[in-house]
This record gives sequence, C-alpha cells and structure tokens, in this order.
Amino acid sequence: MSESLKFHFDVDGDNFVSAGQASVQVKKNLRRLGLPPEIIRQVSIALYEGEINMVIHAHGGEADVIVYEDKIEIILADKGPGIPDIELAMQEGYSTATENVRSLGFGAGMGLPNMKRYTDEMKIESEVGVGTTITMCVYLK
Amino acid sequence: MNSYKHSVVLDVDKCTGCTTCVRHCPTEAIRIIGGHAEINTDRCIDCGECIRVCPHKAKKAMCSKFEHYLHYKWKIALPAPALFGQFDGLDDVDSVLQGLRDIGFDDVYEVAKAAEIVSGYTRVFLKSEGIKKPVISSACPVISRLISLRFPYLKDNILPLLPPMEIAALEAKKRAKQQHPEFSDEDIGVFFISPCAAKVSYIRNGYGDYKSNVDVVVSLSDIYFLLLGAMKKNVTPQVTSEAGMIGIGWASSGGESSAILNDSYLFADGIENCIQVLDSIENGNIPQIEFVELNACIGGCVGGVMTIENPFIAKTRLQTVRRYMPVSKNFLSSDINFVPDSFITDSLPNYVPISRLSDSLAESMRMMAKIQDLRKTLPGIDCGACGAPTCRAFAEDIVRGLSNDRKCVVLEHEKNEECEADKNDG
Repeated sequence: MSESLKFHFDVDGDNFVSAGQASVQVKKNLRRLGLPPEIIRQVSIALYEGEINMVIHAHGGEADVIVYEDKIEIILADKGPGIPDIELAMQEGYSTATENVRSLGFGAGMGLPNMKRYTDEMKIESEVGVGTTITMCVYLK
Repeated sequence: MNSYKHSVVLDVDKCTGCTTCVRHCPTEAIRIIGGHAEINTDRCIDCGECIRVCPHKAKKAMCSKFEHYLHYKWKIALPAPALFGQFDGLDDVDSVLQGLRDIGFDDVYEVAKAAEIVSGYTRVFLKSEGIKKPVISSACPVISRLISLRFPYLKDNILPLLPPMEIAALEAKKRAKQQHPEFSDEDIGVFFISPCAAKVSYIRNGYGDYKSNVDVVVSLSDIYFLLLGAMKKNVTPQVTSEAGMIGIGWASSGGESSAILNDSYLFADGIENCIQVLDSIENGNIPQIEFVELNACIGGCVGGVMTIENPFIAKTRLQTVRRYMPVSKNFLSSDINFVPDSFITDSLPNYVPISRLSDSLAESMRMMAKIQDLRKTLPGIDCGACGAPTCRAFAEDIVRGLSNDRKCVVLEHEKNEECEADKNDG
C-alpha cells in the first residue's frame, strides 16, 4: 500500500510575520485525517521549528509534509548558506541567529534539537553555499 | 454525539441567508441550507459570534424568563459581575443587589464572591507539585469546549476547579438550607443572571459528567430592564455586598489573572486570539508562565452577547464601582493550603475529533486527496454563495456528500457562458 498525501508549502523568507503558518495549516489538515493528538503535536512542533529556521537562516525555502498510512515525513529544503558543522549545530543552546532575531525571542539554539526530540528519525544534508535539506519522520504505529 | 444542547436559536423568518454568520463562525459550523442558516451542533462551541454579527437580528441566545419560574418558594439570584458594569453612574453594588431583591428574588449570592473563592484556591493550586503548566482557566465554557474539540493535548492544563458560577450555586443552596431548613431541594431555585449564551449551554449540558447546580438561566439584559424600573426608587440600599475588587474584576479580561497575585500570566480575549494562544501553547511557543486566562468574548464577560453596554465602557464603569472596595472580602487567610473536594472537578470534557473526515486513516487520506483536487477546480474567492464559508469548506462538504458542485455560482456561470459560446459557434 503506497498511498500518500502531500501538503506543500512555500516558506516565505522575506516575511517574518508569516513564519509558522505552514505549521498551523498542517495541524488543521492532520486533525481532519483524525490522527492522534500526540502525533499532530510532534509534527507541528518539528515543522514549526524548521519553518522558523528557514526564515531566520536561509531566506525561506520549501516544506513538504507527506502522510503515509504508517508514517509522516517532513521534508524541509532551502537554498541557504548551509550548515558548516552539523554536530555543533545540533547542540542545545548553540545558535548563529542575529541579535535582531534574538530580540524577538528566537535564536535560543533549540530549533534543531527540538526537531530531533519530536520526531523518530531525522536526517540533515547540507552543503555550505548550496543549501540544506532536512528529512524527518514520525511513525504512526 | 448530537446530544449536545446548544443555546443559539434562529428566527427563520428574519434570516435572509446572507452568509454573514457563516463567514464569521470560528469553527466553520454554519451553512446556508434551503435559504437560511443551519448550525452543525457537533462543531458549535457557543461562542455567540453569529448572534453578535447577524445584521438581521435573526439569531438569539435561548434563555428562560424570570416570571415563568415564580413557583420556587426561595428564589436566589446569582448576578454575574458583568451586571454591575451596565449601569450609568452606579457607584454602589448594593443598590443593584437591593434591586434584585425588590424585583422578587429572596436572596442574592454574588458570583463575584465565588470568584474570589476560586481565585484563592487557584493560588493554592498553582503551588501544588506535579501539575501541568501553564494552568488554563476553567471559567469560560467556550474555551473548555474548544479545548475538548481542538486542543486535546491541553486538556490536562485546565484548572480542575469549578467555575465561580457553580461554586456560587453550591454555596447559595447551602446557605438557603441553613437559613430555611423548612425548604426542600425543589423549593429552592437558583437563577444565574448570564452575560452569555455559552453559560446557558454549560448549564444545560453539564461539563463532562458534572451536572450544573444552577436551575434557571436568565438573560442579563432582561434583568437589566427589570432592574432599571426597580432601582429608580430613591431608597438607600441595605449593605449586603460580599465581594471586593478581585471578584468584580473577573467581569473583564485580565481580572482573573491579576488575582493570582504574581506577574506570571497571560490573558487574551476574542475567540480568534484565544485560538492563536492555544495553538502557541500547544507548540510550546510561549514564555514560561503559570497561568492563562482566555475569554471568548472581546473584553471578557462584559463582552457577552446578552449584555447591554459596550464592553470597554462597561469595563470603565466597573473601575468606578471597584474604587474604595477592599481588595477581597473572601479567602483572607493565607494559611489555606488545600482545595476542598467539593470544589474540584476532574470531569474534563472528552476529546471529540470533530474535524476528522473518516474513522479510517486510509479513507481520510483518500477524501483529503479528493478535497485537494476539487479545490483546484473551484474559483477560490470564498464568496459564500454556495452556503459554505470558504471554497475549501465547500470542497469538504462535497466530498462528505453534504453538498454538490452545482451550488458554486461561479462554476455554473462559466458553464452557461460555454454553452452560449457553443450555441453561437453552431
């Protein structure tokens, strides 16, 4: 059974105010599919953190949430600066966000760690100067 | 699932099917069917938004009339604190309380008094170990129902205390029985003077397994007009008020929060704002706080659909009423450290996945895929002429078998034009 359902979002890097909208929309859609509240929460938090990261660091990008019968996949792809040291970036509290962004309450260095915490699998592919693609997976069973 | 009794009623003769309520409903519960509005009772949260926006006054909150319940031998009024914000030039709560006795109530138990008790126990509860923070107020029934329908993850955050109205009803009955042991339960009638439709539904349906102790709900605006007549008689009222600034403060947004006596709280009002705040709490995207107060009506209870005055004017009037009041007249001891069982409710509303398309995930996914395909064919202008609030909701209605695409006037118009063009070609 390979049926799947895809939700696609363009994450606008120039409009900080709209960051987090994809997460709200996905939450609504997952509710309509009748998924358990805990799963919905995991996916929406992981997506939210990813969206914010793309807006802060990469001038936006694309987010896809693909629902399969046994799992939900979240793919975040951007053409941003790339992550030079992924291990360092995964450390809680490590952040390269600007002062400006921090003053808004972001940049606590919890984005990537939270994405890992709330998903069952997470893979980061990144090349400096080319971009970053993060693939996350939440299992339904 | 259809057993939930709502309190919004429609006057079919006045409803023109104009779609104003359809577009304003925060849960997309209303459709125009057969020329007038119909509410999906599973989705309705009793927020009163449709009553507020209806340009034809076709929607009303269903309430009882005081004069129909005079058979109770002992009638107790439970005035919501919002009542005191309705009167111009009022500087003394006692004259309203006197007025309530003059129009026929035998006793008055201020909900503001119960609110001070709830505030006291909230402070105690916030200090307990192992509770989920932020604690979300249980006072607004719209918010409790919204959480049960849309934010199930947050249901353990709801303050497990009965709302002030219920505690007032319990205490008022207790007092009546102490003072008048000759009266039986059936003789005593507790009348809540309500600012909103949601409390009416709460009382009719209970809260989870909890059954309300209020017997009759009367509209605040009805009582207001009765009081206007009674209060004009220039008599000095008896001094009976039992609430202070904290209790009266509950009438407007922020009042309940300020009564937790520390600054670790958030308060929001207006249903859309409340939904956004709940979304943020669910995402873990708010600062560390202890307490969240959410009121579905703008301005808080003073913004209820059964009030008379604009919520902001009412709030300003309450500031005058509150002046020279003691901070609180209840819960004065600081060494109370447990909440009595009778005030606790562990009866939380059950999660009802109303927006779920189907019981089976595979079927839901197929339906969602159809909805997505259908949306691409719809004009996307959300005109409402089909009777649904948005093209998306319309697509969902079609896939659920509740509507059909011939109801889209834009598509029909395009089809007609194509027909015309074909004819001309031929």
